[in-house]
Amino acid sequence: MSDVRAPTPFRFVGCVELREMLGRKAADVQQLMSGIEEIPVDSIYYHTHSYFLRYEHGPSLFPSDFATWVAVSVRDRVLSERLGLIDPFEFRDVEALRAAIVATIDDHLKSLWNVPRVIHGEPFEFVSSHIIEVDLDLSAQTLQEFRDQLSTVDRSVLFNHICEAKIRKGRHSGDFILWIGSEHGLNLPDLATRVAAIQPIGLTLEGIRARTLEIVDHWLAKTVPA
Amino acid sequence: MPISLNAYRDIAPPGRVELLYRLSRQTAGKRMLHITGNRTGGEIGEILHTLIPLLTEVGLEVRWETMKGAGNFHEAVQTFRNGLQGDDVKVPESLLEGYRDVISQTGRLLDLTADSVITHDPHTLGLIDYAPSDSRWIWRCYLDVSRPQRKTWAFLRPYVIKYDAAVFSLPQFAQPLPVPQFLVYPSIDPLSEKNRELEPEEIAETLDTLHIPRDKPILLQVSRFTRSKDLRGVIEAYRLVKSHFDCRLVLAGSASPDELDEQAVLNDVRDAAEKDEDIHIVPLPPESSIEINALQRAATIVIQKSRREGFGLSVTEAMWKGKPVIGSETGGITLQIMYGQTGYTSNSVEGTAFYTRHLLNNPAIAQEMGARARDRVRQNFLITRHLEDYLSLLIFMGRM
Repeated sequence: MSDVRAPTPFRFVGCVELREMLGRKAADVQQLMSGIEEIPVDSIYYHTHSYFLRYEHGPSLFPSDFATWVAVSVRDRVLSERLGLIDPFEFRDVEALRAAIVATIDDHLKSLWNVPRVIHGEPFEFVSSHIIEVDLDLSAQTLQEFRDQLSTVDRSVLFNHICEAKIRKGRHSGDFILWIGSEHGLNLPDLATRVAAIQPIGLTLEGIRARTLEIVDHWLAKTVPA
Repeated sequence: MPISLNAYRDIAPPGRVELLYRLSRQTAGKRMLHITGNRTGGEIGEILHTLIPLLTEVGLEVRWETMKGAGNFHEAVQTFRNGLQGDDVKVPESLLEGYRDVISQTGRLLDLTADSVITHDPHTLGLIDYAPSDSRWIWRCYLDVSRPQRKTWAFLRPYVIKYDAAVFSLPQFAQPLPVPQFLVYPSIDPLSEKNRELEPEEIAETLDTLHIPRDKPILLQVSRFTRSKDLRGVIEAYRLVKSHFDCRLVLAGSASPDELDEQAVLNDVRDAAEKDEDIHIVPLPPESSIEINALQRAATIVIQKSRREGFGLSVTEAMWKGKPVIGSETGGITLQIMYGQTGYTSNSVEGTAFYTRHLLNNPAIAQEMGARARDRVRQNFLITRHLEDYLSLLIFMGRM
């Protein structure tokens, strides 16, 4: 099964991110909530996904810049923990994610007498994300080729085929899983299910790469003819 | 001899150089013009001297022009720089006239045709009035403009809003403006004299020349001798550490003989040192790259106790050399140092001393932090990332 050739090869596409500052700040949690309600979806995306491109040597404790700022600068542990439980990958689109974040902050504010504000550190700065794709002219037609390419490509390839594909392009399972599992690709639904079980939250892009390779290597070892 | 992008393959993150070559296919043949106040010294010169050959190598037609400054132009620009960074400056009409005259003279003399024109800092801002209609103009500002003096900003803002975009070094520098504002962090060149790998003998020779023994842990701050760098605060923190750990403090950086303020701070720091033989005050000429490189590599812990800082490239340089950095919670320092992972940020003399003692007491933790600091720079603050940002900016602006 390891030498199955996919009818459509997988093309590895990396990306670069250009960061646009919106010139909007929040100095307290109320302002943060208002900002989240009003900013473009590209900014919600930046603050809930782009940290994968920024944190490389250890996962960020919280899965969004909002939660991190509330924890570090506002020092509201309860809210940061509640925001930390929101998994951006559970949502089908950014608008649904936005609604969940706003609802969580609103619910928290209703339980307080005062609006928590920044104590030490800087106000929250809203930034937006523009992704530019870069075709690396690399492709794979078999699982072995896929594994070999995946092990060496720039880590932005993982971001593009996981975060961008899932959240911005509506390919909810992500490109790797889609290609491995579908008839247009390798048609290996069992392997696709195993790769789909990787939870990006709490991992770095390198961590996701390592887990994916581990699963694929295990599969290849099992299916290579004796 | 310019360094090729290929030379960064084993330094930049794996696969990144290949990605840059592929990305540059989208910008090949584009004409790009950079305009700066001059070509020498400073952060802008350091970056462009490396970046422009790389941009050329990946297929852009790049030119670098400078202002034809005369009269009181430089005084005007210095006043704008101080005002943009929040100082309460006086801007008499004669200075504004001097600025407008030089802008007008340069605008008429220079060939401003290009697909994209990037003007750097306030020196060049007014050239937008001479922009041909078929090019994209981007203002690149390196200064901390988070709280500009309103009079200065009122004079400069009408120029800024005529641009197609502005680029700042930190999110907090963004202003309410009707033009897009992009974030591009400054960067260091890992192959420059200031950052290249040094042999242990080179480090030893340089420290011998500077009369700094290597018999004790070295705490180091590299900065200009200005009040904003809080050098007295560094000495106070050192004294709090010294009572527990035998160590040396090195305060190194440029102190121009022409800058009366810097000379005054230098004298003040010498007074504060009180003939302590373990405090080394090392004023250096501007081109002292090897000396700074060697000091950063010889240091045990690097301190950056600035009261105010734009980005703070000396923090990046120290992190690249695998040093944990203890910095103030201000400006770009907070973005570079990941608290508890690559160093610590602190708000006080006591905090600086506390974290220094902690790291001196736990060398294994300091070493781990240093390794993570180097990796953080590799991913985020090398010249290759700067090249990536400029290429992305050109592509994005071309689509707008």
